Amino acid sequence: MKKILKYVIVDIIQNKIVLIYTFLLLLISLSVFNLESNSAKGLLSLLNIILILVPLISIIFSTIYIYNSSEFIELLVSQPVKRKSIWLSLFGGLAASLSLAFFIGAGIPILLYHADATGITMILTGLFLTIIFVSIALLAAGITRDKARGIGLSILLWLYFSLIFDALVLFFLFQFQDYPLERAMVFFSFLNPIDLGRVQILLQMDISALMGYTGAIFREFFGNQVGVALSFFGLFVWVVIPLFISLRKFDKKDL
Amino acid sequence: MKKVLYIILISCCAVFSADAKVIKVGKSRSVSSIQRAIDLSRNGDTVLVDPGLYQEKNIIIQKSITLKGINYPVLDGENKYAIISIKTRNATVEGFKLQHTGRSEIKDLGAIMIYDSYKVSALNNILEDTNFGIYVQNSKRCTIKDNSITAYGKDEVQSGNGIHCWRSDSLIIIGNKIKGHRDGLYFEFVKNSLIWKNVSTQNVRYGIHFMFSNRNTYVSNIFERNEAGVAVMYSNHIHMYNNHFLDNWGDAAYGILLKDITDSDISGNHFTKNTVGLHMEGCSRIKLYKNIFNNNGWAVKIQASCDNNDFSRNNFIGNTFDIGTNGSLVLNTFTGNYWDKYEGYDLFKDNIGDVPYHPVSMYSMIIDSNPAALMLFRSLIVSLLDKTEKILPGVTPENLRDNKPVMRPISL
Repeated sequence: MKKILKYVIVDIIQNKIVLIYTFLLLLISLSVFNLESNSAKGLLSLLNIILILVPLISIIFSTIYIYNSSEFIELLVSQPVKRKSIWLSLFGGLAASLSLAFFIGAGIPILLYHADATGITMILTGLFLTIIFVSIALLAAGITRDKARGIGLSILLWLYFSLIFDALVLFFLFQFQDYPLERAMVFFSFLNPIDLGRVQILLQMDISALMGYTGAIFREFFGNQVGVALSFFGLFVWVVIPLFISLRKFDKKDL
Repeated sequence: MKKVLYIILISCCAVFSADAKVIKVGKSRSVSSIQRAIDLSRNGDTVLVDPGLYQEKNIIIQKSITLKGINYPVLDGENKYAIISIKTRNATVEGFKLQHTGRSEIKDLGAIMIYDSYKVSALNNILEDTNFGIYVQNSKRCTIKDNSITAYGKDEVQSGNGIHCWRSDSLIIIGNKIKGHRDGLYFEFVKNSLIWKNVSTQNVRYGIHFMFSNRNTYVSNIFERNEAGVAVMYSNHIHMYNNHFLDNWGDAAYGILLKDITDSDISGNHFTKNTVGLHMEGCSRIKLYKNIFNNNGWAVKIQASCDNNDFSRNNFIGNTFDIGTNGSLVLNTFTGNYWDKYEGYDLFKDNIGDVPYHPVSMYSMIIDSNPAALMLFRSLIVSLLDKTEKILPGVTPENLRDNKPVMRPISL
């Protein structure tokens, strides 16, 4: 398993797209911090990038990578290696290399310019989002054999998590305006890793706005140690469940 | 005529000769009780009190004397009584430590009670664990200066106000430090007064609270971390300059809440890190200029019931939302402010943006009507909605805009 993992990591790190991704992130982060008058505002601009760009690149790159290495996977399956370890090392390789790319591209500038609780939460959230969307990509790639459909599915999933889900929540909010929805909102935020990450970061940043009104309940829930632990656990679950399902699928798949 | 002159001359001499007698009070002196010394004194005398602990159950001053403590003698109310009551003209209480006043449901008990007086001063005292701190009622031209007033109030019902003024005129309140009362400063029917350089922090309710108090001036005060910020109501001709409103967080906390305030001037104030920096309700003809709104949730919430208020040359920096409102009617003007969220351009290089700025974001309206929507704050869908709204205003009031936003922060 170690060998496969190493091979996958080396293969991806040499990949031009990942290099470009790293470089692009680095460029954006540095320019954002240098252009904005204060680093807090830079962090805010970076938030949007992390919440949109990172999941998109992670999910699409991973899906394409899985499809492109289908011959390599077939070769490995013919060897005396467990399917589980093949799949897990693919996941591990993708997750590790993309996380590394994120850390170099965005993590280091954040640490340089804004190394406080907000910055660190941001880096952690970005890393989690990378890994979660690799895991979701594996699920998408595992579901269908057709490359085009697989990529389409992963784009759709990204769209769902970053746009459609929130639109639905907004719609729901207005339909049930007359009911106290604060606690329901906390529950909803767990249904979408991007929302979960965003709420975490916002509680570090826009505290004053969040403190009023509903903020109290968010603060009560996410603001203390238990809430933070719980929401990071939620992110962890978002890694494990898609991975587990895709693993089951890959185990039984007729290649 | 001559007779009259003589009488005046003689009476003047009598007054002057009687002047400046000093009565010393102390455990080892012939007079050991402050009340007794006051009884012995005549108008114009000074009562000097040695250090020590005095438990005298409400000292009453009804003469024009100066009551002065050496090295802060302690006057103790034993958790039952008011400590000093003053009902006179030209009296001074200076340099005491007053502690443990009583608490009553029926009477207002405080450390220094000033009733129906004229030109009474309370200077440089330390008040600890008091129900009401300094209580002024129906008095004129009193001075309250450099007192340090601390209480440990836990809820609004149980505690009193730090400096409480009722139906008074021309008061001067300078350099007091107030902490842990219900309202730090409280004014009702107080006119023509100056409130300067006071610090009011961590009070159970408001930093300052006034009603029906017209023509007062508030300069360089600091109101910080009060449970509900600052609230002022039903007054006109208020002048507020260079005050700081800081760190008032919570769902009903405001940097300052203005309700039915009219014809006033608010300038040079700093609103920093409040849930709502400035909340206006039913206000008219207020000029707000050269204020700094920094890192607030909402910098300004202006209800549609306000009219003819003018915001000019203010700095709005790092606020989550610049302006919030609750309707489409706009009767107020915004001109020449600096908004850090402004994305326009300045082709003429005259430091004035060429396109108007709309400070009300759509999402702040959504949150106003549906607070739970806060969860989606800064998500992609919300940013998209906000951008569309900026281009084609539908929900936000189209007329609430700054036609001449400046490009760089105004140096104040």
